[in-house]
Amino acid sequence: MTSLIIRRVGGMLLTLFIASMVIFFALQAAPGDPVTNIIGDPEKVTPERIAAVRAEFGLDRPVLVQYFVWLGGVFSGDWGTSFHYAQPVSTLVWSRLPVTLGLVLFASIIFIVVGVLLGLAAALRRGRRTDAAVTATTTLLSSLPSFVIGLILVYVLGVNLRWFPVAGLGEGFFSQVWHLTLPAISLALGALAVIARVTRQSSIEQLDADHVEAARGYGLARPAVIRRHVLRNAWGPIITMAAIVVASLLAGTVVIESVFGLSGIGTLLVNGINTQDFPVVQAVLMFMVVAYMVTTTVVDLLQNLLDPRLRVRRTA
Amino acid sequence: MSTLTVTPLPALQPRSRFGVIAWVCSVFLVVIVVGALLAPMLAPYAPDEIDFDNIWSSPNAAHWLGTDQLGRDLLSRALFGARDSLLGPVLLLLLATVAGLAIGTLAAWKGGWVDTLLARITDVMFAFPGILFVVLVIAVLGQGAATTIVALALAYTPVIAKYTRSLVLAEMVRPYVDAYRLQGVSPTSIAVRFVVPNIAPSMVGYLVVLFGDALMSLATLSYLGFGSQPPSSEWGLMVQEGQSAVIQGYFWPVFVPGALIALVVVAVNVVGVKISDRMNARMR
Repeated sequence: MTSLIIRRVGGMLLTLFIASMVIFFALQAAPGDPVTNIIGDPEKVTPERIAAVRAEFGLDRPVLVQYFVWLGGVFSGDWGTSFHYAQPVSTLVWSRLPVTLGLVLFASIIFIVVGVLLGLAAALRRGRRTDAAVTATTTLLSSLPSFVIGLILVYVLGVNLRWFPVAGLGEGFFSQVWHLTLPAISLALGALAVIARVTRQSSIEQLDADHVEAARGYGLARPAVIRRHVLRNAWGPIITMAAIVVASLLAGTVVIESVFGLSGIGTLLVNGINTQDFPVVQAVLMFMVVAYMVTTTVVDLLQNLLDPRLRVRRTA
Repeated sequence: MSTLTVTPLPALQPRSRFGVIAWVCSVFLVVIVVGALLAPMLAPYAPDEIDFDNIWSSPNAAHWLGTDQLGRDLLSRALFGARDSLLGPVLLLLLATVAGLAIGTLAAWKGGWVDTLLARITDVMFAFPGILFVVLVIAVLGQGAATTIVALALAYTPVIAKYTRSLVLAEMVRPYVDAYRLQGVSPTSIAVRFVVPNIAPSMVGYLVVLFGDALMSLATLSYLGFGSQPPSSEWGLMVQEGQSAVIQGYFWPVFVPGALIALVVVAVNVVGVKISDRMNARMR
């Protein structure tokens, strides 16, 4: 197990290292000089001013040095200075992170609760109409682009019925939850199919298992059988898949935040690209890649940790 | 033997019903493609014809699907937009398929460093969740229809290469490959003339499903402002331009392109799955 952990974590660190190089050097290769963007006013572009700005942002140093300075900064929390906002990138990211994480958390609760319930319902009524309906509906929902779902929700529930606000983030906890409801639903709907499918599959395996048959034979009530014998053993694959989907929802916020005008790190990334604000783009991309990789690696290790125990239980 | 004639029947029933849906989807896709091809003849207005007296109108006799915030006819815009929306995924999959087939076949055939390199590259690419790798490429190359197509082609190449690799590996253990080798046919020749045509049926269904995925990604990027730029009426861009209308209470400018994207993606997925089933059945 220890050797597996070392191998997996080592592999992850290597991949992250290469990804950091890809992110940094790719953006170095982008055409156009960020300096002229920073100065803005073309009249002020003089050789002295260019040199001063270059020195200010550390752009006068060799590229390789810049990379290692940046990489060192990634660890120490100094992610450079935004060209566009003239603020430390870390300040920008940390101030916008709560919105994004809140959105991901909210969406995760929705898709896990609804997805598991739908998957379980499909498994219990296997081969019947409910089963087909769950599969068809969730597959259809995952074929719809999230921004279209979001705008339809805005139109129906926001503009017409006025149940929910159409954009922005309110003040205070309850108002914020209320403001984040539509964005969270839009983000969650596409993820339902995966989790419902895994829950269905995993539950069916357990429903067919001998120990469930035995529990039924003892005369245990159906809800108790499902809770104590089916779900408890089916959780493994469900949790694994849920964690992977949660991690990838982080990327989905890029689109959803734009739909609902939320200022999280997703819109920070989009604006960063539109204004060629590379320190911001680098930081947000790196943040998302690290979050995604760490989550998937940890889940992978956890699964390996849990797997032998599950295998023993299944054969017993 | 009687079981052989009896058992296929219950299995066939859901299949034939699914066939009807697949039929409807195919016809719908043909209609959309024909609409895109004949847009100049079919569209009642020019896609960029502005009419400030008729902004945000609902569907009526003059404008079958209504108008947008500049009074432009939504039906005409959707028809012309279908060209950008459909041609983009075709082009990017063409690029990605050519590159992916070559790399995947090479990786499976030669193994060694090509295989390792492909595995490393896919590892790094899959470290970027969702469309973020594409977003990075766009950050480097700049916005626009051409760069999004290139960026997505880059993202799809390793995906197709990986799939090709698995197909070729399965194909290589079949006896006919050894037979040709014994006859002295060169490995390149076996790969290009016999192996690639043999994996093509499996490839087609997969590519059709990828087409739906690519169309959705491209529309999403255009929606974010990274892809096609105005005056194009690419569907994702139409949704973005219609967004302000939704908040004002007019839903047609978003509904028309949004529904088109959704319907085409769903139809393509249904047809793709059907084709894969058919091809797999034929292979058996």
